[in-house]
Amino acid sequence: MKYIYYPGCSLESTGISYDRSTRAVCRVLGLEMEDLEDWNCCGSTAYFAIDELLSLCFSGRNLALAEGQGGDLVAPCSACYTVLHKTNRYLKDYPDVRAKVGTALAAGGLSYHGGTKVRHLAEVILNDVGLEAIASRVQRNLHGLKVATYYGCQLVRPDVGFDHPEFPQSLGTLVEALGGEAVKFPLMSRCCGGGLIMSEEQIALGLLNKLLRSATDNGAQVMIAACPLCHLNLDAYQGKVNRKFGAQYNLPVLYFTQLIGLALGIDPQALGLDKNIIPATELLAAYV
Amino acid sequence: MSFEPRIIGILCNWCSYTGADLAGTSRMKYAPNVRIVRVMCSGRVDPTFVLKAFQQGADGVLIGGCHPGDCHYSTGNYKTARRIPLLKKMLDQLGIEDGRVRLEWVSASEGDRFQALANEMTEQVRALGPFRPAAPSKPAAMEVAALAAG
Amino acid sequence: MEDNNGKGKTRERIGVYVCHCGSNIAGVVDCPAVAEYARSLPDVVLARDYKYMCSDPGQTLIKDDIKEHGLTRVVVASCSPRMHEPTFRRACEQAGLNAYLFEMANIREHCSWVTDDKAKATEKAKALVSAAVRRVVWQQPLQTREVPVTPAAMVIGGGVAGIQAALEIADAGFKVYMVERDPSIGGHMAQLDKTFPTLDCSACILTPKMVSVSQHPNIELLAYSEVVDVQGYVGNFKVKVKKKARYVDEEKCRGCGICEEKCPGRVPSEFEEGLGKRKAIYRPFPQAVPNIPVLDRDNCLYFQRGRCRVCERFCDSNAIDYEQEDRFVDLDVGAIVLATGYDLFDASADMRYGYRRLDNVISALEFERMCNASGPTAGRILMANGKEPKSVAIIHCVGSRDTNYHQYCSRVCCMYSMKFAHLVKDRVGHDTKVFEFYTDLRAFGKGYEEFYNRVQEEGVTFVRGRPAEVTDVPETIDEVGKLIVQAENTLVSRQVRIPVDMVVLSGGLEPRSDTAEVARMFNISRSQDGFFLERHPKLDPVASMTDGVFVAGCCQGPKDIPDTVAQAAAAAVRAVGLMNKGKIQVEAATSMVQAELCSGCRVCNKLCPYSAITFDEEKKVSVINDAVCKGCGVVAAACPSDAIVSRHFTDAQILAEIEGVLV
Repeated sequence: MKYIYYPGCSLESTGISYDRSTRAVCRVLGLEMEDLEDWNCCGSTAYFAIDELLSLCFSGRNLALAEGQGGDLVAPCSACYTVLHKTNRYLKDYPDVRAKVGTALAAGGLSYHGGTKVRHLAEVILNDVGLEAIASRVQRNLHGLKVATYYGCQLVRPDVGFDHPEFPQSLGTLVEALGGEAVKFPLMSRCCGGGLIMSEEQIALGLLNKLLRSATDNGAQVMIAACPLCHLNLDAYQGKVNRKFGAQYNLPVLYFTQLIGLALGIDPQALGLDKNIIPATELLAAYV
Repeated sequence: MSFEPRIIGILCNWCSYTGADLAGTSRMKYAPNVRIVRVMCSGRVDPTFVLKAFQQGADGVLIGGCHPGDCHYSTGNYKTARRIPLLKKMLDQLGIEDGRVRLEWVSASEGDRFQALANEMTEQVRALGPFRPAAPSKPAAMEVAALAAG
Repeated sequence: MEDNNGKGKTRERIGVYVCHCGSNIAGVVDCPAVAEYARSLPDVVLARDYKYMCSDPGQTLIKDDIKEHGLTRVVVASCSPRMHEPTFRRACEQAGLNAYLFEMANIREHCSWVTDDKAKATEKAKALVSAAVRRVVWQQPLQTREVPVTPAAMVIGGGVAGIQAALEIADAGFKVYMVERDPSIGGHMAQLDKTFPTLDCSACILTPKMVSVSQHPNIELLAYSEVVDVQGYVGNFKVKVKKKARYVDEEKCRGCGICEEKCPGRVPSEFEEGLGKRKAIYRPFPQAVPNIPVLDRDNCLYFQRGRCRVCERFCDSNAIDYEQEDRFVDLDVGAIVLATGYDLFDASADMRYGYRRLDNVISALEFERMCNASGPTAGRILMANGKEPKSVAIIHCVGSRDTNYHQYCSRVCCMYSMKFAHLVKDRVGHDTKVFEFYTDLRAFGKGYEEFYNRVQEEGVTFVRGRPAEVTDVPETIDEVGKLIVQAENTLVSRQVRIPVDMVVLSGGLEPRSDTAEVARMFNISRSQDGFFLERHPKLDPVASMTDGVFVAGCCQGPKDIPDTVAQAAAAAVRAVGLMNKGKIQVEAATSMVQAELCSGCRVCNKLCPYSAITFDEEKKVSVINDAVCKGCGVVAAACPSDAIVSRHFTDAQILAEIEGVLV
């Protein structure tokens, strides 16, 4: 089966290690990812709030391109996934939206017939590859590694049938398949602050503090994320959180693909582990 | 004036007729094109009833029974579920479009479902246009026509 | 196009009556125009429109016309035949016209109530009247049959609804078989501690009734039994009941309880909602009726490992019988009352509230058992650590008024939640903080509003808002080690986080998990919420769609104890009325085989779900047994020789109706 890979803007910049690790892991797991040709910004959640129709047109263009290329459209970024998924549903449910977006696409010589299926990378890896197949390829068992699995608010919401929208379990089962231990993490699907880190930093830091405290209180040695923005907030802002709340967090935050890659025996460099701000090298030395 | 299809609803007494009653009691508005004939069980629906309806100028026929497993006569609707597809095959040979005949399950509590079906069926048949019997060119058609007349 | 009328038939004299139903029909349909149109139809000798045809004057109109104008057929265009067909049939009969020569056109439910367009509604009403007129010409007089009613009733379910119904019927002098699935009758009410708003002790008011059931000469109690098959029809049901093996001889057992005392097996008690233990041989609770233990095979050492037999050794009466098997009994009854009760919503489905995930989040029934003096904590409200809570949150509407679960209001949760608040104050102390998180407060019954005021005065805090979650993740020092209820107080539009020691989830009432199968077995319908469907929501809330089967209590919809008891008594009266008559008219519209047309192909023989059709080997024709036939007409549609007539739904009648509706 062929997949159309939609990296999204973040994966070319701050989330470059997510991109690298995704490509590396997909290669090993035999997932054939073909880049979406000439893709553009997904329309992003922030844009959605300002000009919904324009944002829908952005996403619609990606959907139309994917339809032409043929295959499920896979987004590693939870925000891209949400926007693309939402646009797909809007275009299906609302004829007026479909008509307007259709006009815009036609101006660019494109058309969309609703044939693209939008999926998140985590869901593809968990459902299409499956835990058994992943476990069978593990080279370095992550035995003893205590992992907090962080889903954020967009991966499983609204309820798309992939996992429970309030108490998801899939990443936990993944960690266990790799030999690690998923620690209790009740705030697993709470907000990381998202784009508020730019506009309302104090609020976002408060949210991050809760997440980091809940994870560390429950003994997590590392946290995994499935979204470049979640990752950036949790990784890059730990210092600020520490200063604001007088805390001493030093919790490495990995993309779930990096964790899989490690277990599959892929070179840490190829997974972009050197790009993490809170270094994970010491902790993970035992597994490399 | 736009085409107003004439649709016969043959409904079983226990579920779908009662469901249609409930739509009424709940004042759910739907297209007045569907006119209802009551039978005790959808299993009573002789295929000739459907043919007769078309012969008399109906544009569509909606047959309603209890949901599978809920038949008041325990298994009558299963017989309907087997007969109507056969009838549809024959209708196809007669040149009667598939969309003109529908078999649906409506329970006594599904007034809203009946309302939706009545509207859907009306629009569906409206789109097909008035029923015009094709010239019975096939032997099967002759037989059926004879049956219906008898 | 052939005209059915006139094919060698004598002309009929038809009277048509168009009902206004006040403005229900006349507000949309032009009734005089419909009557005018009817006059133009073949064989119609008179057509009238009238304000209320079902009224006495309306019926008199028909009766007088039959006599004066020699009507041979009558058509009334009004409401659904499911509503007033019996009324008009009776009127015709009183005027000497066979009931089956009457036909009804449904111009209310199927016409005036579903269309706003007056012209189209009138046109549709005309078509429906035309159909009825064409059909009625082909109708034939039929004789209704009278069958005897078995003077015995069956009550299914031994909760307060079933108990009440059984006692009422038995007191009226009729035999009652009460079938209860569990080892003891009593139902959910036996589990409750106090009842709102009077705070009566639930067991104190219920157990005397349970004892009455066991001692009533007219009641035969089949506990630990289940109905497995129902055949027959009103007045003549044949019910097969499975008496599950108790492994205790009911005749010999004296209920001394020594077996229970000596049994080494201990398992969580269902009656105690898993909070307490019971033995492998047990009575669910001390006041169980019948007072005979049941041996739980799955947890019995002897059955599982082949050794023990301690109960047998200690039993003085030799009542233990490991060889006992399920037994089946066939019972004939005239009427059936279904009182199968409800299930409490399983709060673990709504994961946000942490039931079965977080300590000290408990269900309503668990709380009831905790409050009960004979319960697992001897009436003390305790946390998992054995201490009393200093603060309790009670969350309303768990699983109710929630489109994710049940849309309906469960009707009892507000009141029992407030009862809980009172009990916390009463048992743990008045300084205990109690928070009620409610959606809306519904205190609708007698004395309920007063109880609400009383609880408010006791210092209970009411927060209007459905909590978003219950969590054990603290945000402040005060929250450490607590359960935190996060909600929006919608009265002040403010988020609140309230740390408490214990959370009680007031779950809604939902249909029993096997309601669908039970409905199927008794041939009755369910409403959209899944409960049994009553015949009419306003005017017949105790009957089902199937004659002779009545419903009582929460199996028909959530209700409190007074409503349950009232409905049960009403259902009982209906059953008694049926049996009192001794005889009942049954539908004459059965099917028959015209022997001269039957080719003996036997296609019909296997189609009949009631095995009403046999093959006469001598005459080589199929024969339908009138007493067994229910008139579904399935075989009439199947007969390749058109030899089967479905009475009152003949081909000619239905074809004429189709023809009429399309004019």
